[in-house]
Amino acid sequence: MRTALKTSYVQDIRLFPDVRRALRYAVLLALAAALPLLLDDFLLGEATNVLIWAIAGMGLMLLTGHAGQASLGHAAFLAVGCYANAILMERAGLPFAASFLAAGVITGLVGVLVAVPALRLHGIYLAIATLALSILTEDIIVLAEPWTGGVIGLVAPDITIAGAEVDRYGSPGLFYWLCLAVALIVTLGYRNVLRTPLGRAFVAIRDSEISAQAMGINVAMTKALAFGLSCMVTGWAGALMGHFFYTFNHEVFTVIISIQLLVMIVIGGLGSIQGAYWGALVVGVIPQAINIARDGAQAAFGGSVLIPGIETGIFMTLLIVFILFEPRGIHGRIEKWRIYVELFPLCRRDMFRRQKSFLKTERMR
Amino acid sequence: MSLLEVDGVTVRFGGVTALERVSFAVEPGEIFAIVGPNGAGKSTLFNVISRIHEPEEGDLRFAGENLLRLAPSEVAGLGIARTFQNIELFEHSSVLQNLLVGRHRHRRASIPAQVFFAPAVRREEVAHRAAVEQVIDFLDLQPYRDRTIAGLPYGLRKVVEVGRALAIEPRMLLLDEPASGLSAEESGDLQFRIKDIRDRMGATVLMVEHDMRLVSAVSDRVLALADGRVIAIGTPAAVQSHPKVIEAYLGTEAAVP
Ligand SMILES: Nc1ncnc2c1ncn2[C@@H]1O[C@H](COP(=O)(O)OP(=O)(O)OP(=O)(O)O)[C@@H](O)[C@H]1O
Ligand SMILES: [Mg+2]
Repeated sequence: MRTALKTSYVQDIRLFPDVRRALRYAVLLALAAALPLLLDDFLLGEATNVLIWAIAGMGLMLLTGHAGQASLGHAAFLAVGCYANAILMERAGLPFAASFLAAGVITGLVGVLVAVPALRLHGIYLAIATLALSILTEDIIVLAEPWTGGVIGLVAPDITIAGAEVDRYGSPGLFYWLCLAVALIVTLGYRNVLRTPLGRAFVAIRDSEISAQAMGINVAMTKALAFGLSCMVTGWAGALMGHFFYTFNHEVFTVIISIQLLVMIVIGGLGSIQGAYWGALVVGVIPQAINIARDGAQAAFGGSVLIPGIETGIFMTLLIVFILFEPRGIHGRIEKWRIYVELFPLCRRDMFRRQKSFLKTERMR
Repeated sequence: MSLLEVDGVTVRFGGVTALERVSFAVEPGEIFAIVGPNGAGKSTLFNVISRIHEPEEGDLRFAGENLLRLAPSEVAGLGIARTFQNIELFEHSSVLQNLLVGRHRHRRASIPAQVFFAPAVRREEVAHRAAVEQVIDFLDLQPYRDRTIAGLPYGLRKVVEVGRALAIEPRMLLLDEPASGLSAEESGDLQFRIKDIRDRMGATVLMVEHDMRLVSAVSDRVLALADGRVIAIGTPAAVQSHPKVIEAYLGTEAAVP
């Protein structure tokens, strides 16, 4: 059993509570940074994909997991970020760094604009309103053809950073590092928000609007801010996604993407930054696992084994399993194991029971 | 000057008149109790002060300032803190985090400064923590600092809610039935704490409570409400023996011995 001795308030405020955890994350980061040296181009592309999903996941996690506002419209904000970045580079000739930052800011502002009429909506109603937004997006992209290229779409412009060409195919390592850097910066900013009054205000409006208000938190403004920050991050993910896909049109940012993003953070674990990463990992791993299983089956039984929709099927089954048995997602499950090990041999079976039964009736208000 | 002036406040919900021309004033440094049978309008009165319900008519002033001009989230800024009858805590956060939310009105840092966790933010956080630790010491919450609310027993939650309100550093504290559901022992602790809140923290206390023993033990003045109307106001003993109060609690005059 391990106990933490605290001797200063700063210990609860700093980035990592103890040296062990700081070391663990340092090792993880070093490993992540070394991936381009360890993986082949195909797997590196998959790793990049996971990182981009993780960034998008953090965007939605802030809004849904921490501020408690469900959104089924985040594909729309991915699209805004993606197109804004490409158009700013192509038409305005901005360098990537500038257009990328601007794409995030623009998406954030769009998010605030969407939030204003949506502020009065709760839970399922907010989800439906944002779902409508997501559906509209496809049509808007087609209609705004002069800017978006309509059904033909756009090609992501080349990125040059400090003279180096950063290209998904030409230099997959550099593009991976770019995504890793963005993910790292977003994670740090997210962590910072969570340990300040702003983050506490988000959690407060999630758990009880009425008492948040009594504490002096302006609920409407806090929701708008949550939308703004969330959409900014999502916009960045969208911009990177554009470069990752290389070409994109109205068919890329569909409602399915919105749903997948929401399902992803639920599986990963609502209300934790790590949850966004775990969810993204699941999104990245499932198709590969299916491929491997399919190859195995074909080798064993011969012929071709093709089951349409199996990917979505597995994903949704996972969702149901998690909602029923582990509402706190992968991150919650891992935390329980960690507590078990740290308290060993003092852990009792009932320790998590109350928490679990409470969370089962969790309202997605 | 009175700290809180309630002047002819009327609140209606459709056909129900929850408060009818209620007037009274609370002096600074008082412990002021509000009693009355169920449905008398006590919580409604609190909700009017926190600007959750809009009164149909009447005036509401706090330290001379017109409360009715404020948005609900601006009330805490004046130094008015409250608890709720049905405990409204942030369920998935720790006790510490809950109390820290109470510090919201004392924050100074801008949003970008918070996102980048500027040095000023760090200093501010340490100061907030120090202030919250004083509340924790005052309420003996040390063993529960890092416990999640969802796993705490009822009595402790009530204490945490008072703590969160105290973290605001209130000039006036509204307590809605602080002793309901508490054991005799917890209720006894509460009695001393309410006095300490006034004496050591200098907050005026406005309290809704059914437990007459507690009310007589701590309050300077008592207001009795029935069916939305003020029926008596004065010292605890005077209000308790007021014929209209006895009637309101026991139903008919015939029941009075
Ligand atoms: N939001 C509301 N909508 C409609 N009617 C309400 C609302 N809030 C309170 N009422 C009604 O107003 C009256 C006063 O309610 P209130 O909650 O203030 O009573 P109370 O004195 O706090 O009672 P208790 O001791 O049971 O808490 C009741 O008749 C109640 O039904
Ligand atoms: Mg009440």
